[in-house]
Amino acid sequence: MALMPISIVLLLSNFLSSTASGQMLQLSIPWVPSLEIEISLVMDGLSMLFALLISGIGALIAIYAGGYLADHPQLNRFNLYLLSFMLAMLGVVLTDNLITLFIFWELTSITSYFLIGFDHEKEEARKAALQALLVTGLGGLAMLAGLLILGEIGGTLEISELVANGVLIRRSPLYVPALLLILAGAFTKSAQFPFHFWLPNAMAAPTPASAYLHAATMVKAGVYLLARMNPILGGTTWWFALLSLFGGTTMLVGALVGIRQTVFKRILAFSTVSGLGTLVMLIGLGTDQAVQAAMLFLVAHALYKGALFLVAGIVDHQTGKKDILQVGGLAGALPMTAMAAGLAALSMGGIPPLFGFIAKEALYESALHMGYFAIPAVVAVVTTGILYLGMGLLVGVGPFLGARPSELGRVREAHWSMWMPPLVLAGTSLLFGVRSGLIEHTLLSPAMKSIVGYRFPTHLGLWHGFSFALVLSLFSMAMGVYVYLRIEDIRRAFRPFDEIVHEFTGANYDRCMTNLMAFARWQTDLLQSGYLKNYLLIIFASTISLTTYTLVSRAGSFSLPFDLPPVLHEVILVAVILAATVSAVFQKSRLGAIATLGIVGYGVALIFATFGAPDLAMTQLLIETLTVILFVLVLYSLPGFTRLSSKGHRFRDAVISIMFGALMTTLVIAALDVQFSPSISAEMARKSYPEAHGRNVVNVILVDFRGIDTMGEITVLSLAALGVFALMKLRPEKEEEV
Amino acid sequence: MNLLLAIVIGALYSAGFYLILRRSIVKLIIGLSFLSHASNLLVFAAGGLTRGRAPLVPPGSLAPVPPYADPLPQALVLTAIVISFGVTAFALALVNRTYQTTGQEDIDELRRTEC
Repeated sequence: MALMPISIVLLLSNFLSSTASGQMLQLSIPWVPSLEIEISLVMDGLSMLFALLISGIGALIAIYAGGYLADHPQLNRFNLYLLSFMLAMLGVVLTDNLITLFIFWELTSITSYFLIGFDHEKEEARKAALQALLVTGLGGLAMLAGLLILGEIGGTLEISELVANGVLIRRSPLYVPALLLILAGAFTKSAQFPFHFWLPNAMAAPTPASAYLHAATMVKAGVYLLARMNPILGGTTWWFALLSLFGGTTMLVGALVGIRQTVFKRILAFSTVSGLGTLVMLIGLGTDQAVQAAMLFLVAHALYKGALFLVAGIVDHQTGKKDILQVGGLAGALPMTAMAAGLAALSMGGIPPLFGFIAKEALYESALHMGYFAIPAVVAVVTTGILYLGMGLLVGVGPFLGARPSELGRVREAHWSMWMPPLVLAGTSLLFGVRSGLIEHTLLSPAMKSIVGYRFPTHLGLWHGFSFALVLSLFSMAMGVYVYLRIEDIRRAFRPFDEIVHEFTGANYDRCMTNLMAFARWQTDLLQSGYLKNYLLIIFASTISLTTYTLVSRAGSFSLPFDLPPVLHEVILVAVILAATVSAVFQKSRLGAIATLGIVGYGVALIFATFGAPDLAMTQLLIETLTVILFVLVLYSLPGFTRLSSKGHRFRDAVISIMFGALMTTLVIAALDVQFSPSISAEMARKSYPEAHGRNVVNVILVDFRGIDTMGEITVLSLAALGVFALMKLRPEKEEEV
Repeated sequence: MNLLLAIVIGALYSAGFYLILRRSIVKLIIGLSFLSHASNLLVFAAGGLTRGRAPLVPPGSLAPVPPYADPLPQALVLTAIVISFGVTAFALALVNRTYQTTGQEDIDELRRTEC
């Protein structure tokens, strides 16, 4: 299973040297050319960084999943979802077309839905999956609108071309709506406060999926989008304010809520929320240092958070415990896991010489250089840093030290396929920490160039000399350890805060869902009543209102047709028809109604005869006679008329009917005002005798020019006849037993 | 005359629509017949009225002598008349059968009938 991601990693590393030198590789396949939608793949530094993270961690996760779900009957299904997700995610980071980006983006939401709901027999999993899908899907729709506006004002759907029009786009009056809509997409996907609540709930997914989607990759799609959009949309006050405000809030809220959790995956989920907030904030700050810190933190976070999730999965798998309070002293039983956990936890806490330390230093450094905003920024990032160390220790160190609860029983180390991936991730944290040059010029600085548009010098390393950032770092380490030691008090102290946050987000989501369902039920009951009459009323009422609206707004005025003054016998004919029609409606006897219907039919036939349509008149006379006979025959066995509707209903129906009739009258008058081009009829009349050898043009049209239509008509008639025969003659077998 | 015809069409539509909104299945079918008359006249009238002259080619000439009635709407209406007869016949048979099976003439009640 891991072969595919590994081969993608190898394939990608082929291009590493070109992206490292700042080149942009492109491949474009037209997909829907009429809509400018192309599958255009672009690989620059940013795409490369993300693609390597996705495929590299994907390979480890695939190996891990093989061990974690070894006994699960649906392992293959899981692998299918996981790999589909990986491809969708690669699509997101490699595409250059906004529409294709959106499609891959939604594909990640859908595959995420499957993965969260993998344990579909659990209600909690189904609910969480739906929640994640709704929140990210809704954001995705907003984003689509934003991307379309962006494409409209930028004049192209290709991101690489939009970059060139950045100035123009930022000056457009549509810039702010586009920005807000795109941010809605990015913020929901990357679980920014107040949309963050879906992420902790998404922990219902199997741990490999949580580690992969909800820590390392999918949730970073929003971050990727922001980084990608930075040269197009970034640099404005709006961008700065929204991103740093939302990002900063998310960072703090995530850390503060996370520290008081006790379930492994929930701690990790909230710290991921916080980490995503950090990334969004850094991109919003937009200084060179902030962007550098963002890329460092991105890699560091993916490495340690992925490892910690996998560790949490191992503990759960080997002991059956999901809560940090229920485990302890596992280092002896799970030595390899403990090693991975310890390294990852220290990286999360920003302890040298791990890569997390370098990222944290850069974070502090960029906060210190924020001018007016330096003080709140520093307070926020240092608080977060302290809580990170606390959470890292809670998850990665606490369970492996101290006394072992007696109810744990015997615990064995997991299969190598499970401890190897987190160890690799944690080891990479160590490697990159000690030898940061390994990725500095190949991956990080090309990625930064993609974000800010130019290359700037970077100096990565563990030791930067004595600086204020170092002092802050030491302070947060000490405080982090203190937090870990006094965790009981902190849990108690933060409790009300947690509830406020829940009330503000998750509870609101629930209320929205309840109301939405109630609304859906109400409108379904209203529209889908099951009464034929109501459907007809709705259809006709909409027809009347829409057509009237169009008539009034479009048609303007039209003249009443007086060009063909009626002669006496025509007036009498019309009067008879009208009288018969009115009387048919009010008839109380069936026979009377049929008789009046017949009168109307003959009247219509006479109108045909008067206005040059003898064929129609003849047919109408025949058919009308047949219809009346048929009615009389059948009605013999049907009940008499009874008044079934109430007076109110009759009045309402009458009003709508008369309105409909009036509308049709108006339409006929309006239609007469329009001059049709008579070419087809004239053509048919001209060809009738010479080509079809018929003197009656109407007949020639029916049997010759439109012969196939007539053929169809005959078929319909014969089918109707068969149906009538079946209904009249065949009787179902009487059911003997009841 | 066009104006009068337009009024007739409107009246036929009103009557037809009012009747198909009734709860009695018999009135439903009578309403359908009214609607088809109305539609036939609509198509016929929309083509423009010409008094008297049928679109026939007189002996000795190759084409009808103008002014003659537009043959195309006539052909369409002719088809429609026949089809609407088919529909009416089928609907009658169906209603007849429904009534025999369920003993119910109220459409609203049919909603609750299971058979």
